[in-house]
Amino acid sequence: MTEATENMSDKRKGLMFLSGNEAVARGAWEAGVKVATSYPGTPATEILEALGGYPEVDCEWSVNEKVALEVAAGASMAGVRALASMKQVGVNVAADPLFSTAYTGVNGGLVIVTADEPGLHSSQNEQDNRYYAKAAEIPMLEPTDSQECLEFVKIAFDISEQYDIPVFVRLTTRICHSKSVVRPGKRFEPTRKQYVKQARKFSMVPSNAVQRHFDLERRLTRLEALANTFEHNAHEMRSLEVGVVTSGISYRNVREALPDFSVCKIAMTWPFPGQFVRNFASQVKKLYVVEENMPFLEEEIAALGIPVEGKQQLLRVGELSATTLRRRILHVSPGQKGPVEGLPPRPPQFCPGCSHRGIFYMLGKKKFVVSGDIGCYGLASLPPYNAMDSLICMGASITMAHGFNKVSDPNDRAVAVIGDSTFVHSGLTGIANLVYNGGVTAVIVLDNGVTAMTGHQPNPASTWKLGGKPGDMPKPTLDIEAVCRAMGVEDVTVVDAYDMAAVDRAIEGRKSSGRPAVIIVRGPCTMVDRRRRGAYMVSGDCVRCRTCFKLGCPAISVEEDAVAILEFLCTGCGICAQVCPKKAIRKACDSFPDKGKAAAGEDESPADKVK
Amino acid sequence: MKDRPVINIFFAGVGGQGIILASDIVAELAFRAGFDVKKNEIHGLSQRGGSVTSQVRYGGKVQTPVIMEGDAHFLVGLEMLEALRWAHMVRPDGRIILNRHRILPAPAVLGEAEYPADAAETLAEYAATLVVPAFETASEMGDVRMANSVLLGALSAFLPDFSADDWTAVLSENLKPGTLRANLEAFDRGRKFASDAADKGKAV
Ligand SMILES: Cc1ncc(C[n+]2csc(CCOP(=O)(O)OP(=O)(O)O)c2C)c(N)n1
Repeated sequence: MTEATENMSDKRKGLMFLSGNEAVARGAWEAGVKVATSYPGTPATEILEALGGYPEVDCEWSVNEKVALEVAAGASMAGVRALASMKQVGVNVAADPLFSTAYTGVNGGLVIVTADEPGLHSSQNEQDNRYYAKAAEIPMLEPTDSQECLEFVKIAFDISEQYDIPVFVRLTTRICHSKSVVRPGKRFEPTRKQYVKQARKFSMVPSNAVQRHFDLERRLTRLEALANTFEHNAHEMRSLEVGVVTSGISYRNVREALPDFSVCKIAMTWPFPGQFVRNFASQVKKLYVVEENMPFLEEEIAALGIPVEGKQQLLRVGELSATTLRRRILHVSPGQKGPVEGLPPRPPQFCPGCSHRGIFYMLGKKKFVVSGDIGCYGLASLPPYNAMDSLICMGASITMAHGFNKVSDPNDRAVAVIGDSTFVHSGLTGIANLVYNGGVTAVIVLDNGVTAMTGHQPNPASTWKLGGKPGDMPKPTLDIEAVCRAMGVEDVTVVDAYDMAAVDRAIEGRKSSGRPAVIIVRGPCTMVDRRRRGAYMVSGDCVRCRTCFKLGCPAISVEEDAVAILEFLCTGCGICAQVCPKKAIRKACDSFPDKGKAAAGEDESPADKVK
Repeated sequence: MKDRPVINIFFAGVGGQGIILASDIVAELAFRAGFDVKKNEIHGLSQRGGSVTSQVRYGGKVQTPVIMEGDAHFLVGLEMLEALRWAHMVRPDGRIILNRHRILPAPAVLGEAEYPADAAETLAEYAATLVVPAFETASEMGDVRMANSVLLGALSAFLPDFSADDWTAVLSENLKPGTLRANLEAFDRGRKFASDAADKGKAV
């Protein structure tokens, strides 16, 4: 924990005030976890960040979630407790090892935390990972607050070792990012289990795998018995008119909105505690299910032949708040007027000084088809940039462009755009595929030297590691240009993200050159490299043509009908000055070096900072 | 303590305004005072310049971390448009504490939408609204980022659960030593502004 949190705990008799993510980290630490892995992703990111504060734990930002789970599985096989945490879509990437580690089982306990996102506050979908527990035949626990996050992670490690199986802990955004009061415990220091060669258990060739599958089914039968007697599942009997079956954050919303209803709280969602629910159902006149997104519990209950009401009333899309429950179940509306109508939205924009701004201005201007990817630059899909045609999942930019270009004329070809972290996560295979299969796609790598979108975690294109700081290493461990050349891309160029003429030259022509190309647009993330270069201002030569508005820069605003640069926001990146057709935007103060010089590659160049 | 009704405080503002820190401070104060506390925030995709909200609930026992619509005792608006966006969260008998400050959203800059002209009047239709010149006060004092401290000061005048010393203690531990004195002064100014307004019975 941070010092501040420790201090705070003194002030209240050993209690702490922790987010769900911090409590997961604390629970894992108390359970004696030795190895923790993750790839950043909202809302799971802070779990590994918090674990990084515990010296007993070997933590790493892995390059993607499949890698993270495999590293954790390896540590488990070696005999220590290991934890892999990821956001909901990360489990798709890790699905391959997931299904087979259920067969192999564990040596040291193995816990997988999935952080789902009902309401998709910062995700590309709101998939419901309870189905992964069922599909992979892995037990799943669902805490309802930070205290349970801590406890359930500890229990998950015990179950994992007792039943020889990886265990899921499922969180959702409101659990991850809510703080509540926690009573912490002490660290338990498990003795490392011996590693004994057991190929029949860990080598999933078909003849072994089929035996392990039989074994998995036996383990599941025992786990089902556990689920039905699990001490954290609860019958809370109040009025017997209606009983509600619920889990996770929905439990808290039910308690808030429907305080008089009886509740069947499910802490172990998989294997489904059928007998436990049946007993509850027999005590109430009517049975409801309250759950976000998919009707997972409802299907299980219906499969038992128990009459139940659920999704007819509620929605599959988005979160299920206490307000919605009161509206839909009690038919009570809030005692306040509805929202003010007709307000302008406030879409997020690239930060002032962002290294992604120039390239997307250029791509928008050229009206290229842009096969996009996931990162801060996803904002390019929105106005005023309108410079991204597709965004599906990490790594899809390169491969989708390759498919698109198989059937497109040279002038209509798509270019791929991908950030450095995403490139390492799942772009490399796309490059190998592109070259091997004779593709013609130009790939633009936006190298800001960090995984910015999720809060600036380092990756192999960064100059530091978890727990360190920018500049710890003289250069990144991964040399993107060298890697691309090694995979057979002959045309590799590097440009300064802030030099608009150079960016223009680099992309012009490469789209239709008929061979694969990689253009690395390099400039540090302005939230990491906080150096400021002196603000710009708008001179009297401005003709209000609004060209600079297309840059979507928060520092460019209007004051009394005139275009104005907000000095306190301007970082001095100089992109607006380069696109202004009247050259009306100038340095506010001459003592700062002009952008042109920096772009020429002197020490001042922001690009130098990254590589 | 166990039966104490829950107090709900909803913060609305723009990414980069320091909303998370402000709500952290209130939550920590309630935690130390021995309440059950839950705090939730949505910091979605790169929130720079986007809408940000954060909520604190404290009392005897808090179930959900998310405040129900029309149930916030206080809506603290760090920016006027964002306060309007979340006006429906406040209870009719609650209070809105509003920073008199506009940050134009992109559609308003581009001329595609208009920034609402009469924010304070509209808000007053939802609940008693105290307009605090937090931004002006902070810029007078030389750093616009202290507007938050002015607003927290104003909020503090309405929260009898915590003494001025409690606030000072928590602020001192959460702010950088270099800026602490100025922030404490900003806090005092906000607190005084709100108490004076309350004395005069002005829109509170
Ligand atoms: C499978 C998966 N894991 C994690 C995420 C969360 N996530 C979204 S974008 C991103 C990486 C962003 O880094 P980068 O590509 O370098 O772009 P930047 O944000 O720095 O511009 C991550 C980790 C995701 N969407 N999908």
